[in-house]
Amino acid sequence: MTALLDLQSVSVSIGKVALLDGISLSVARGQILGLVGESGSGKSLTAMAAMGLLPLIGGRVTQGAVRFDGQDMAAMTEAERRKLRGGRIGFVTQNPMTALDPVQRIGEQVDVVSRLHLGLDRKAARARTLDLLTQLRIPEAAAVAEAWPHQLSGGMKQRIVIAMALAGEPDLIIADEPTTALDVTVQAQIIQILGNLVREKGVALMLITHDMGVVAQICDRVAVLYGGRLAEEGAVAPIFAAPAHPYTSALIGCIPQEGMAKGALRGIPGAVPSALAFPTGCRFHPRCDRASELCRSTVPPTDPRGDGRVACHHPGALA
Amino acid sequence: MTAPLIQIDRLSKRFQSGGGIFAKPRAMMAVRDVSLSIGKGEVLGVVGESGCGKSTLARLVLRLIEPTAGRVSFDGTDITALSPAALRKMRRRMAMVFQDPYSSLDPRHTLTEVLAEPFAAQGEPLSPDRLPEMLAAVGLPAAMAASHPHQLSGGQRQRVGIARALALHPDFVVLDEPTASLDVSIQAQIIALLADLRDRLGLTYLFISHDLGLVRYFCDRIVVMYLGTVVEVLPDTTAAPRHPYTRALMQSNFAPDPARRRAIEPLTGEIPSPFALPPGCAFASRCPRASDRCRRETPALGGDPAHPVACFHPL
Repeated sequence: MTALLDLQSVSVSIGKVALLDGISLSVARGQILGLVGESGSGKSLTAMAAMGLLPLIGGRVTQGAVRFDGQDMAAMTEAERRKLRGGRIGFVTQNPMTALDPVQRIGEQVDVVSRLHLGLDRKAARARTLDLLTQLRIPEAAAVAEAWPHQLSGGMKQRIVIAMALAGEPDLIIADEPTTALDVTVQAQIIQILGNLVREKGVALMLITHDMGVVAQICDRVAVLYGGRLAEEGAVAPIFAAPAHPYTSALIGCIPQEGMAKGALRGIPGAVPSALAFPTGCRFHPRCDRASELCRSTVPPTDPRGDGRVACHHPGALA
Repeated sequence: MTAPLIQIDRLSKRFQSGGGIFAKPRAMMAVRDVSLSIGKGEVLGVVGESGCGKSTLARLVLRLIEPTAGRVSFDGTDITALSPAALRKMRRRMAMVFQDPYSSLDPRHTLTEVLAEPFAAQGEPLSPDRLPEMLAAVGLPAAMAASHPHQLSGGQRQRVGIARALALHPDFVVLDEPTASLDVSIQAQIIALLADLRDRLGLTYLFISHDLGLVRYFCDRIVVMYLGTVVEVLPDTTAAPRHPYTRALMQSNFAPDPARRRAIEPLTGEIPSPFALPPGCAFASRCPRASDRCRRETPALGGDPAHPVACFHPL
């Protein structure tokens, strides 16, 4: 499978602070990549780098390359990148409450995407909008298109944000914690909608989440980030069956499961390090129960494992 | 079973909103006719989605807001009838941990001042040797006492919130989504801390959450709420759901195991506005089992007293 989005050892800094260090990952059409890690591990920054949005927050790629459909994003003009965003790359934000313009009707906000990116006229754009809303199982699409954002529930708003991401006929959707702000039953609905989009339309999806349950439910591959570095990457089934990196298994262990004994849920001791004071060696070592002298002094190399990769001096065995 | 510590009897809370020169005031029942009891040493979970009334219930139980109808008894005393002075005295036996550790701590106070608040409220001095003890109990170093909240991580702030709640050695603590704004790794730390504290101090908890998976892990009995009413009380953490809404909540929780992927049966329909509830069962508009009767009559909580459910067509 050829990659649609391909990050090759991308490092990112804001000012003098190095935040991402040599991140490599890729997503192909029809595939869902889960990007996981705690807050502050670099997930959203990776997404910003993938969309060429770093200048917006004063950041830049200091090393490596981001390729979209074989093209180097850094070699494009800003106008070309803007054409990609909202067009071939759709973005679903974390908070649907702030992603919509409160003083513009829903329909107009979705219409504008296909008018801008597909060059449709008003009528055709509205027809496309109504078609998208119906596909996303929004009842009475025509009435919703005439509504204002404040009249809709959170789950409905998130479906509108997804409709906006889809309106430009994207090949890649980047969804940054799309269900965090939503109720659990609505979360399940949105996850299912996103999964169906990938299977039916063959788009590529990069799904940022902190919930290993969501990853297990719909992702094909998973990339685990910690402290701005890739800890582990690979196909979902083998990684959940036998996580190689202690951080991966710790994250899985944070989800309460049916039949789990009381006291089994312990969390991960300590907290994510600040980018201003990353630990030496492996950045996870202060929180890791496998840490040795080697981990404290030497950055672990990224080694192949199964069809994926892991960066750990003491990885767990393959299942 | 020992006598319950908390007895909630047909509790209701009505809120009014709007009402101005042009707008008519609208009313909603945030909590409708809820009866529950919490045994000494029990962890009772209340689970439901936003707008189901779980946080209002939490506040009513501590009488932080006044009920529209109904009573709450604490250790045999009706606290809804207590005078302000008597209530304040009683309050030292109950405490609350709030959802958002970012807004529940005064940003201008040091931790020392934050932790002195409960003592000040009771007109007592905070003895200097209590402070390191309080911090240690929640796993924070004594050196942190001079810090301000902004210097702490979210998990550390919530530990301060817990230390403040435990300051006066309460018997009963209401935990209102104490981990909702935290990372899963930190959530698990906080839950482990709360479990340890309960075992050590013999606490009784009312644990409010939207996460049924977490509630099933942490609680002894589980109350499921939907739009202001109790729809089911699960007698233990392994009980199979009988209400279609409880089942939908369970199915919305994904196990971190790709071998247990499942087809999601999404709920259709929208949550009705609490200001304009339809007649009949409030869940009928989203329920796959709803019949005409569900749209006409409101089911009462009943059936097996150990596992009551409010549904005409239980599973």
